[in-house]
Amino acid sequence: MDLILDALKFVGNSAIDVLPIAVFLFAFQILVIGGRMPNIRQILVGFGFVIVGLGLFLEGLEHTLFPLGRLMAQQLTNPEFLESTRLSVTGVLVWRDYYWVYLFAAAVAFSTTLAEPALMAVSIKANAVSGGAIGVWGLRVAVAIGAAVGVSLGCFRIISGLPLQHFIAAGYLVVIAQTALAPKIIVPLAYDSGGVTTSTVTVPLITALGLGLAEAVPGRSPLLDGFGLVAFAALFPIISVLAYGQLAVLRQKVDLSAIETDDLEEEEDHAF
Amino acid sequence: MKNSLIALSRDALGSLRDLTPIVLVIGVFQIWVIKQPVSGFVSLIFGALLVLAGLTFFIFGLRLALFPIGENLAHSLAKKGSAFWLFAFAFVLGFGTTIAEPALLAVAAEAAAVAVDAGAIAATDEAKANYALGLRLVVALSVGVALLIGVSRILANWSLPVMIIGGYILVVLATTIAPSEIVGVAYDSGGVTTSTVTVPLVTALGVGLASSLKGRNAMTDGFGLIAFASLTPILFVLLYGTILEWI
Repeated sequence: MDLILDALKFVGNSAIDVLPIAVFLFAFQILVIGGRMPNIRQILVGFGFVIVGLGLFLEGLEHTLFPLGRLMAQQLTNPEFLESTRLSVTGVLVWRDYYWVYLFAAAVAFSTTLAEPALMAVSIKANAVSGGAIGVWGLRVAVAIGAAVGVSLGCFRIISGLPLQHFIAAGYLVVIAQTALAPKIIVPLAYDSGGVTTSTVTVPLITALGLGLAEAVPGRSPLLDGFGLVAFAALFPIISVLAYGQLAVLRQKVDLSAIETDDLEEEEDHAF
Repeated sequence: MKNSLIALSRDALGSLRDLTPIVLVIGVFQIWVIKQPVSGFVSLIFGALLVLAGLTFFIFGLRLALFPIGENLAHSLAKKGSAFWLFAFAFVLGFGTTIAEPALLAVAAEAAAVAVDAGAIAATDEAKANYALGLRLVVALSVGVALLIGVSRILANWSLPVMIIGGYILVVLATTIAPSEIVGVAYDSGGVTTSTVTVPLVTALGVGLASSLKGRNAMTDGFGLIAFASLTPILFVLLYGTILEWI
């Protein structure tokens, strides 16, 4: 019974979030564009699915991933746990002793990014626009790898206490270099992937991880050092998606040379 | 009807595949590393089913509503040929979807706590509420401006890398003058603005616009709006913190 009430509450909240946007879009269509909207029934049904879907999705996360993920972030950054799994022999914990934190950060960022609905939306669109050249799954795995590396590195930054802006500035230098080298078609998509990784599923969990870590590490303030993980999760997918484009070009070159030596083999479209 | 059901079950299978990695990660860490029993197993199973159903419905609705409506409006606006209405649409879409964003509410509240801790504002509820509201307005404004700039770029065919990299150079410069307690908040606010409902609409807007303009490529010109929407909040929040410090 409680769950049904909960479900209604979540769907209601999601309606409150989505309806103003829907009203704005319809009002704009009627007042500015004029005329009837094509497929009006399909669009209304679709909005219904979006509202109910988002509501159930968030309710489900509140019952499963969010409490479990937060609890695990606390347990993994608990001083007793860290003491019992340390690598260094004596004295204060050094950055290496937090290896479970890095692994957990990477695993959680990778898996939650794959389940991020906003990223699915962009991948579906990119796949359609590129005529299938960019794979839905390939793009999402590339983004998830970037998020995993980013969040892991962000945890290292909190533990080591190095300044956030140095990492971010270095990351953007890499992005500049890659932009010059990567195929042009992938660049705008790569820049967009940074923003879409950090959304509904990923942000609550990595924020909890950052705050837990900043509380656990001596000399860190949760308020000052707990922030910043989202920035890492948003930067590194740009690098990994650009790399995905570069790899696809490299792979294509290799394939072309293989075709030259063995022209009986049928050519496959390996672009992305 | 039958086709819809087939599409829906295909989306359900896709969702199942997308959620499996999370289950594996949680399971492996829980069993091998943390080694503590989890309470409320039934509630977990039920919650997992809700996540699965919710994701499936959302993706299904995305194809039915969010993509077509975003693209229709982009095509109609391009056909109408009125730059004013296009800009107005882009700005209101950015501002309106961001001001009510739940993730932004959470970040703004935490940022107010940081500001109190750093002595930037008084430790009263009123001062905190004002600070949080100010921050939300600044971020929403920045996303509205981001979509304006992004749409202008598609119309005028400016270079995306030059603009984005230029923007991040400004971010680095602003970081050096901004008070240190705002830096983490500012960098994080870039990530939280792009929500689950906004992203499909904004993507459809960009792609729809680029595909209805002559000489534009949907792939190289249509994407990039979200990149602006993740950049401008960082810059605006850094400047907001700097200005507040001066006053």
